[in-house]
Amino acid sequence: MSDHIPQVAHQFEDATQQYETATLGMWAFLITEIMFFGGLFAGFFVYILAHAQAFAEGSRHLDLTLGTINTVVLLGSSLTMALAVRSAQEGNRNGQMLFLVLTILLGLAFLGIKGVEYAHKFEQHLVPGPQFRLEGPHAQSAQLFFSFYFAMTGVHALHMVIGVGLLAWLLVNAWRGRYTPAYFTPVEVCGLYWHFVDVVWIFLFPTLYLVARHA
Amino acid sequence: MSTPASDVRTNYLNANYSVRSWLLTTDHKRIAILYLVSISAFFAIGGALAGMLRLALLTPHGDLVQAETYNKLFTMHGITMIFFFLIPSIPAVLGNFLVPIMVGARDLAFPRINLLSWYVYTLGGAFTLVAAVTGGVDTGWTFYTPYSSTYANTNVILTALGVFITGFSSILTGLNFVVTIHKMRAPGLTWNRLPLFIWAHYATSLIMLLGTPVIAITILLVALERGLGIGIFDPNLGGDPVLFQHLFWFYSHPAVYIMILPSMGVMSELVACFSRKRIFGYNFVAFSSVAIAVLGFLVWGHHMFVSSQSMYAGMIFSLLSFLVAIPSAIKVFNWTATMYKGSIALQTPMLYAFGFIGLFTIGGLTGIFLATLAVDVHVHDTYFVVAHFHYIMVGGAIMGYLGGLHFWWPKITGKLYSEVWGRIAAVTLFLGFNLTFFPQFVLGFLGMPRRYHVYPPEFQFLNVMSSAGATVLGLGYLLPILYLTWSLFFGKAAGPNPWGATGLEWQTPSPPPTFNFDKTPVVAEEAYAYDSPLEGHRV
Amino acid sequence: MWPTTIGRGLRWLPQQASTVAGQVDALFLFLVTVTVLFSGLIFVLVFLFALKFRRRAEDERPKAIHGSLVLELFWTIVPLGIVIPIFVWGAYLYFAMTQPPAAAMEIYVVGKQWMWKLQHPGGQREINELHVPVNRAVKLTMTSEDVIHSFFVPDFRVKRDVVPGKYTSVWFEATKTGEYYLFCSQYCGTSHAVMGGRIVVMEPTDYERWLTGSVADESLPVAGEKLFARLGCSTCHRTDGSGRGPSLVGRFGKSEKLASGETVLVDEGYVRESILNPQAKLVAGYPPIMPTFKGLITEDGLLQLIAYIKSLKMADGTQAKP
Repeated sequence: MSDHIPQVAHQFEDATQQYETATLGMWAFLITEIMFFGGLFAGFFVYILAHAQAFAEGSRHLDLTLGTINTVVLLGSSLTMALAVRSAQEGNRNGQMLFLVLTILLGLAFLGIKGVEYAHKFEQHLVPGPQFRLEGPHAQSAQLFFSFYFAMTGVHALHMVIGVGLLAWLLVNAWRGRYTPAYFTPVEVCGLYWHFVDVVWIFLFPTLYLVARHA
Repeated sequence: MSTPASDVRTNYLNANYSVRSWLLTTDHKRIAILYLVSISAFFAIGGALAGMLRLALLTPHGDLVQAETYNKLFTMHGITMIFFFLIPSIPAVLGNFLVPIMVGARDLAFPRINLLSWYVYTLGGAFTLVAAVTGGVDTGWTFYTPYSSTYANTNVILTALGVFITGFSSILTGLNFVVTIHKMRAPGLTWNRLPLFIWAHYATSLIMLLGTPVIAITILLVALERGLGIGIFDPNLGGDPVLFQHLFWFYSHPAVYIMILPSMGVMSELVACFSRKRIFGYNFVAFSSVAIAVLGFLVWGHHMFVSSQSMYAGMIFSLLSFLVAIPSAIKVFNWTATMYKGSIALQTPMLYAFGFIGLFTIGGLTGIFLATLAVDVHVHDTYFVVAHFHYIMVGGAIMGYLGGLHFWWPKITGKLYSEVWGRIAAVTLFLGFNLTFFPQFVLGFLGMPRRYHVYPPEFQFLNVMSSAGATVLGLGYLLPILYLTWSLFFGKAAGPNPWGATGLEWQTPSPPPTFNFDKTPVVAEEAYAYDSPLEGHRV
Repeated sequence: MWPTTIGRGLRWLPQQASTVAGQVDALFLFLVTVTVLFSGLIFVLVFLFALKFRRRAEDERPKAIHGSLVLELFWTIVPLGIVIPIFVWGAYLYFAMTQPPAAAMEIYVVGKQWMWKLQHPGGQREINELHVPVNRAVKLTMTSEDVIHSFFVPDFRVKRDVVPGKYTSVWFEATKTGEYYLFCSQYCGTSHAVMGGRIVVMEPTDYERWLTGSVADESLPVAGEKLFARLGCSTCHRTDGSGRGPSLVGRFGKSEKLASGETVLVDEGYVRESILNPQAKLVAGYPPIMPTFKGLITEDGLLQLIAYIKSLKMADGTQAKP
């Protein structure tokens, strides 16, 4: 790959077609991710209808403060990501690197806070399995809530980890000056992915922390 | 005619002979060949498993294998055939090879992702094979909970992982096709000039993208429940084992349309070429593909009429299941109408097309039986269902796969196969198939349940007939393996267009050069313009 | 295992041994007719066209026929016109097949790997067999102890899955005496294929003789009453309503208002759930203090308790709906 002249892959007629194809490809992939998470949401909604009180009980054990902080962190990371994309569009190498680093840090902060939440759950014996313990009349169905809590936030966290990895790769390439106003497709495409992971959290947070609480 | 000396090393096959150039290729045509090899291997495995099943069912007492072994055999047969043969088959082999060429492109939108999809498929297959040889799995390909999540003692998680991984191969292929068809059509190639093969693959790809992730998450949940002991479908924790069935069939019903739509796409190409006539009702056939894809997502509950699903839900699913049959019927009528006042040639691919039309019609109509609530109560989970889906999958999908393979073989390999043996094999397959599966309709109506390694003695006659048919069917599958392989070494060289067909793929040499076209073609006429005075699609 | 002795040699059709069998078969026959006609039509057309329009010269160029809107509408509307009535017919018959008559005789079924346990109201227990009188509606209330099974009697044309954690039901009225296969038709593990038996349909007098002759435990309601006392249910659920829990007399089959404001029908499923997960659907006006009996009671025990609760009459003699 040459340094400054954007390479158009052999199957494309021109750079515009390459760019449009890449972004359409990422959108198509994100639609598959909607279906992937959708299955989890569908299962969750089926169960909350049948076990409203147990799920409310379970939700009350979630840390609303940490969850809210995480929401702010993630929204902030979407802002820094958008700024990174804009820097790439403008050919601003320092801007790209700064905002990518910020996004990575915010993403890692999110994962760290999530880790703290998970640790708390482990201490409180709220991890589903043989060691699950919850007092109260709804214990057995509340375990279902926590199964979904861990499955949904766990899968989300996995996507965040992949996202951070992608951003690290972008950072290296940004440092090498690969992204210019004529070619910034990878930044844009990874930006789409990052925004999507953020949007999933925007649905996850109310569903797990807010809705279930008042069911 | 022989290839001129100046053409040596100018096609995608002889461009580079090294193993590395094959295993690291990004050429969609080579990736199609890689898939052809893997898929054929899995078909052989799945077929051998079927052979063992039919052998075991020759006697009613289950003398050949133990119950547990039999249960593993039918489970592995289903998993291998569905996930590792049928779902990839036409899209991964014929689709990969032809979609770029048919739209006038030099490759798919994402060639490296295409190669990745083959490696992912192979990795998933490896996991599943390891699961098979280290003990197997006996849950049935449907993995119903709580048997699969709690009670089974076999390699459920390993197999589930294998299927999970392979699902990504499907998603990546679908993604590649959708984006390619949207963004890389040659100038002049508007949507209503596309070959119906492309329309079919477009609809198929939509299903791959939207459906596969749901089974991915479902399998993941079963694996989590089984591996970590967390309750999701466990009734002891308030979970609902029937929820698994909803999630599973939400994908697995559209999956059957993934298996049949590409075959229907092949049919349009074959019927048009061998009637030398434009497909009657092109718009309706194209639209039917999309309608099938959409409606196919709305009928999953017809697998669950007796599962304790609400009666009213059953009625809605039943009604929608009748509706989804209509677009398929429209296609069959349009293909038949295409033949009217056509110029019909009965070469091997057309024989497969006839086989398809006959067998798919019967298979599809027996689907109506299953959509009918009161009748399904009786025949659900019996051999009637087994016969129905084999008519569609084998009589439909495999006829399309083999027909397409025979049609495009000269293009893919540059060789012609023996037309005599091709016809013999097609007829053998048709006869063997009917002898194998028609008796199973009777068995099902009599009440013989599925997945039984022993059965009441009065069912033996029909079972023996079915097993005898399986032998003929096996012979029918063996023949193409032999004469197609023979053609690679000794076949006559094929010209660019041995069938006199329309379509951009027939305007390239056989086999095509690596980048398909020297210049991006410009399309000026509709598909199947057999009566057009333009040159370009003459022999 | 289903007996290998009741077969009658090579058969091409199952027997019609229930009230719905003939109706299902009529619909099936109609479907066969439609299939034969449509496939036949396509086969004949394809064959004729292949013959009449076979290629006679290599350079033939048939004229293109783009299509015909009239034909497309015709072969869309006609198939719709055929399948919609089929749907209605099938749904109507299915509806009837899911509504047991009010006076149906109740049998309780528990499926487990790999056998069927069946219990008559009078306490007679059977394994893998069910004796019933001819011309009498029989309703089976079923559950599973482990995985999903399915209760299938081909000659009656009835089938229903048997699911752990809930009750499902199926009914039939046998019309011919004799023995008929019972199969498990939902794959359930190693011995799925042999988890079956027979339904024995007898003349009413023979059935009565069988009932008295067969070894019966105490009847289900009696066994349930004993269990009710032994588990301490009677401490809170006093018949005069003075206990901490509601009296259960005359409650089965009625609606009950819950603490959450919803109303629920007191059926088998509700009673089972309330014993295993008492706070899930708590009756309004009562404290949430009932302990769970999960792990302390088997599926058989649950059915006994349910039978007992069903039998509790009001002072004016009204009994809960059977």
